[in-house]
Amino acid sequence: MDALLKSEAGQLVVAIPENGIDTAWLAQPLAELGLTSGRPFSRLRVESPSTWRWKTPDAAFLARLLRELDAAGNRIAVDGLPRELEKLLALARGGAPAAAPHFPRQPGLRERAGLRALTVADNVWAFIALLGEVALLVPRFFAGRAKVRRAELLEVLAESSSRALGIVAVTNLLMGAILAFVGAVQLKAFDAGIYVADLVGIASARELTPILVAIVLAGRTGASFAARIATMQGNEEVDALTALGVSAAEFLVLPRVVALALLMPLLYVYGCAFALAGGMAVSMQVLDVSAAAYAAQTQNAIGHAHFVIGALKALAFGGLVALLGCHYGLRAARSAAGVGAATTSAVVSSIVGVIALDAVFALCANALKV
Amino acid sequence: MNVISIEDAVIGYGAQAVQSGIRAEIRQGEIFAIVGDSGSGKSTLLRTMIGLMPAQSGRIVFHGAPSFGVLFQNGALWTSMTVLENVMLPMDLQGDLPPAARRALARFKLALVGLAGDEERYPSSLSGGMRKRAALARALALDPRVLFLDEPSAGLDPLASRRLDELVLSLRDGLGITVVLVTHELDSLYRIADRMMFLDGETHRPVALGAPAELARSAESAKVRDFLSRAAR
Repeated sequence: MDALLKSEAGQLVVAIPENGIDTAWLAQPLAELGLTSGRPFSRLRVESPSTWRWKTPDAAFLARLLRELDAAGNRIAVDGLPRELEKLLALARGGAPAAAPHFPRQPGLRERAGLRALTVADNVWAFIALLGEVALLVPRFFAGRAKVRRAELLEVLAESSSRALGIVAVTNLLMGAILAFVGAVQLKAFDAGIYVADLVGIASARELTPILVAIVLAGRTGASFAARIATMQGNEEVDALTALGVSAAEFLVLPRVVALALLMPLLYVYGCAFALAGGMAVSMQVLDVSAAAYAAQTQNAIGHAHFVIGALKALAFGGLVALLGCHYGLRAARSAAGVGAATTSAVVSSIVGVIALDAVFALCANALKV
Repeated sequence: MNVISIEDAVIGYGAQAVQSGIRAEIRQGEIFAIVGDSGSGKSTLLRTMIGLMPAQSGRIVFHGAPSFGVLFQNGALWTSMTVLENVMLPMDLQGDLPPAARRALARFKLALVGLAGDEERYPSSLSGGMRKRAALARALALDPRVLFLDEPSAGLDPLASRRLDELVLSLRDGLGITVVLVTHELDSLYRIADRMMFLDGETHRPVALGAPAELARSAESAKVRDFLSRAAR
């Protein structure tokens, strides 16, 4: 290759080949292309064949050359360029940063851990504040003095109840059937197949149905609360409420928490019925137990305490799922990505929160011997 | 008579100050524009004035009862409600009027902004200009003394933007309200603003306060003169 860059009497000459600038030269050191270092230039002349039609690589190369010459202290005039390319280069030259851009230092591992801890602490603190605010507002709601739209409340009730019935029924039916299958195989060996009714009944009423319904609602209703409120946050709808002197906790969070906390025990009873039906169906097929015998055994096994504990859990899980959904919605970043992140955080936190709260219930029940 | 006094306010997010040394008296019945570079803190100042965030120091004082309405940049209409319900909601939340009166007043406010007949439509079915006007009607719902407008022309075509400006002028004249406007639209600024304050994004301080045409000629800051002269070119 002939030298692309030549110096002639204080001028730097760029000899453009027939086929224009090779893209490989864009990243090649200029010294390798013929630029002699340390020599000041006052003018840059571009020599090109008459058939030359400049393309983007030519412009990019010349812009880079001028940038490097400018950085070396040569502010040189350019000759021999088509007018439009001259304009383009002037634009690129004017926009070139005078100095290397300054990027803030990336935090180290310990700093990142510290920042993360602060974010988590801030998040927990905000959640506790929201919980306290809503707890103080609940009496006002039941006294009919809360600033809540009836239409909004009905929409939340519909969203959380009738539209969730199908999925709650299917998941609980399958869960009851699976429990019965597992129990039947084990208990049949001891000729105690009828105790499958005890297993399915107690496990469903006390533990699994409240958790399963809460997880279903976390993925369905809690996520929808988070997405809805995060979208409102992005559209400044929450700001519009605040500017009216209305607390978002009262107008948006309270109806959702109350609705879900009240609906969850009903969904729990509904889910329990399907779980028991699933267990019964499998037992009748696998163990040859009659429906009447299974029902009688279930009735004997499940005491009131199991139902009361299950219903209390459902109430608490419902409140928690709604509160977490709203909390992440209110703290969402004001962007489409913020809505997605809020929804994910709401679902993950709700599932972990429900299981953690269930553990607290287990400890309390154990301490109270119920 | 002054409606709002900004007394040496410092505004910003967290510990970071966006603007400091803000001093201004906003007079009854004027259209006062807050102008500046992108990121200079115009909207932050407006959010501070309406109480969505606290001032880091200094004070923003409303003389008399702090009665205001806000037109947010995106309109911020509540999408699950009709236009009429949007305008009624501020009155519903106050709860001191019978429902029929609230409905009639909301219809009147919508008629003022040229949306008579669109009361039962949802925000999603409205054009950008109509959404802004509906949001303006909502901002007027409680008969505020001060109307805050955050970039009202954002996202509107020039014709819709001009119509909105004319509407703001008519409302100011008809209702006698004070308007505080955040904008970067020079045409709009010259058309409606009585006075303006320029927030400099580089020095983080206000650098000019006065009538736009006057500042275009004689502002101390060359940046302000250059900014304001661009509209005439």
